[in-house]
Amino acid sequence: MALVLTEEQSMLRDSARGLISDKAPVSHLRHLRDSKDPTGFSKEFWQSFAEMGFAGLLVPEEFGGSGLGFVEAGVVMEEIGRTLMSSPFLATSVVAASALNRGGNAAQKSEHLPKIANGSLLATLAIDEGAKHRPLQTSLQAVRAGNGFKLSGAKALVVDGHVADLMIVAARTAGSAGERDGLTLFLVNPQAKGVAIERTIMVDSHNAARIEFVNVEVNTDSVLGEVDQGAGLLDGVLDIGRGAVASEMVGLSDEVFNRTVEYLKQRKQFGKLIGEFQALQHRAAQLYVDIEITRAAVMKALQALDTDVGKAASAVAVAKARAGTTATRAVQEGVQMHGGMGMTDQFDIGFFMKRARVCEELFGDANYHTEQLARARGY
Amino acid sequence: MTEAKTNDSETDDLETFRSETRAWLEANCPPEMRKPVASDTDVFWGGRNAKFASEPQRVWFERMRDKGWTVPDWPKEYGGGGLSAAEHKVLRAEMAKMGARPPLSSFGIWMLGPALLKYGNEAQKQEHLPKIAAGLIRWCQGYSEPNAGSDLASLQTRADSDGDDFIINGQKIWTSYANYADWIFCLVRTDPAAKKHDGISFILFDMTSKGVSTKPILLISGYSPFCETFFDNVRVPKSHVVGTVNRGWDVAKYLLQHERAMISGMGERGVGRPLGQIAADSIGTDAQGRLDDAMLRSQISTFEVDEAALAACAERAVDLAKAGQAHPAFSSAMKYYGTELNKRRYEILMSAGGVDALEWESERSKQGARPRAWLRTKANSIEGGTSEVMLGIVAKRILDLPGA
Repeated sequence: MALVLTEEQSMLRDSARGLISDKAPVSHLRHLRDSKDPTGFSKEFWQSFAEMGFAGLLVPEEFGGSGLGFVEAGVVMEEIGRTLMSSPFLATSVVAASALNRGGNAAQKSEHLPKIANGSLLATLAIDEGAKHRPLQTSLQAVRAGNGFKLSGAKALVVDGHVADLMIVAARTAGSAGERDGLTLFLVNPQAKGVAIERTIMVDSHNAARIEFVNVEVNTDSVLGEVDQGAGLLDGVLDIGRGAVASEMVGLSDEVFNRTVEYLKQRKQFGKLIGEFQALQHRAAQLYVDIEITRAAVMKALQALDTDVGKAASAVAVAKARAGTTATRAVQEGVQMHGGMGMTDQFDIGFFMKRARVCEELFGDANYHTEQLARARGY
Repeated sequence: MTEAKTNDSETDDLETFRSETRAWLEANCPPEMRKPVASDTDVFWGGRNAKFASEPQRVWFERMRDKGWTVPDWPKEYGGGGLSAAEHKVLRAEMAKMGARPPLSSFGIWMLGPALLKYGNEAQKQEHLPKIAAGLIRWCQGYSEPNAGSDLASLQTRADSDGDDFIINGQKIWTSYANYADWIFCLVRTDPAAKKHDGISFILFDMTSKGVSTKPILLISGYSPFCETFFDNVRVPKSHVVGTVNRGWDVAKYLLQHERAMISGMGERGVGRPLGQIAADSIGTDAQGRLDDAMLRSQISTFEVDEAALAACAERAVDLAKAGQAHPAFSSAMKYYGTELNKRRYEILMSAGGVDALEWESERSKQGARPRAWLRTKANSIEGGTSEVMLGIVAKRILDLPGA
């Protein structure tokens, strides 16, 4: 498979770019933040996104979706990254749709996937519990009770958690924190008794929530995949999410870089354009190389996911680790090279820095994924 | 529909090519030639005075030569394999999978060949390309001079017109393996009055010509891979100029792109065992099986992330070129990153080896192979254009930043 976009994928990129840059530029996020928008994204825009086929991009055609692959999802995520668009695409259309499609039984798929595709259902994965992403450390308890389970525990950084219609909750049905065996995924209605949702306003003005579960009752039909054997399903779904976030970070890095290079060509000091200074030229060139290398690593990971999700772990670890360090560098250089203007809220650069920080933590940061690679290679 | 069908049959053809290639390589690559290159004698360079280091090396070279696979993507009429870019990629991947060594290494293959294919006339192609493919002539590169390093275009070696010939006088430096080379491709000044980029020609001549002499330079590695090369009234026919007289800089730049692509890929090949395992062998592991040096372990894993990402980028660069979407200066970006990464690899290898990696002469250390290789890598970010020159090219030609 060539590591370049096909003609169809380029057309998808152009149409996503056109729509997003027109309807959801960075100023749109700024408006959501300043107006303290209770939803945190534009519902009207999400509807038109769905009508264009984006919401159901990964949903199979038999359930009303477009049945496209992870490379295509990455193409859309990259465009989302360029304008820092706040939307349910990541949580609902990529992560939750993949979890349902890969782990769901016939009834679960036919109930939820068509609604994801038509934009009427928002869903999310609740995974993290501690300060850092440690999926195997999951300790939210699911205890057998009657014809089902009772869930107790707490989740953090649940993307779109305060607006989701459906939560996919990682819980422990056996074993103890750190073990692979004993993890189970549950479909939970956020309206259920015992669920307490706190919307957390985040540094990046994107949606997240902390959610507490106190004896939340779910029946056995709510189990996604197999009881106690959820780790495999979770691995794949998380890797898909990681690939998507890495794509968002490539888009974000590329956009912040382009804006910075443009600034170097306009700003004058000492009677010269600051882009004439070799100190800045070389740093800009290094950043360009970093971004291009990361872009290739991310494409490689998305293609690996399309080929076989179960065998993509190392490629995804490389992609997410690279995307994290590259985006961090891009936003820091962006602010630095914009000088004092980069520190002002009025300039958009700060928004990129804030979003990059959140993307870095989502589904494991660069340190986490570098460690995973070391373990996979046995040293 | 028609289009999809064509793609499918192309994919089928490629898969057939893959399985046939794999079977052929399995049957024809001697087991000895599937081990990583450990020293310079493991590399076969060809040339008039070439000797094979071993029988398997000879067998492997001759079998690959007979298929045209010393230069798989060159046209068959010039001794190549006539493979498409996609087939060439498959061949490389299959060779890498079994660890097969390149059957023939040479500056003729990596640098001069591509330049001749683009700029050479038919007679020059017929004369030189088949001899490169068959390993009969070993080439060296006469570019740098004592006062023309990063500022290569300021070179002063003169070629004065004398009837149908040029008379060449001057000195080159850092001429790789000039003392073993049969022929040289050389940049000379044919118009001293023109602006510095405009008076240069790209010319080929025999190193046994009267007036050519070489003197090896001893490096910090203790090796002498480079020479000073002197020209004292060397007479060369004007027909040996490649491209147009005084337009040699175009050829030089084109060739440099290939040189940079070659150098950036040096870290990828013949790597052998993973760094983490090499380190674990010498340092040991803790109860969880982790390398017993947490900081080095994190350096290695960070390196491996970057290494895998660079490999993806190198693959993408080939695909972009094939799709006609490559920026001509992108090889400078790859050269910069690839060489810096290779230096990192050897810093890690030295740290992993510890005291054992410090021995310079013992049999145990294979005559100090690792520290000498470590020192050799320091040239990677200097030769073929320094990292700083590469970043300058990226800044100006790709990012279009102002000035100079």
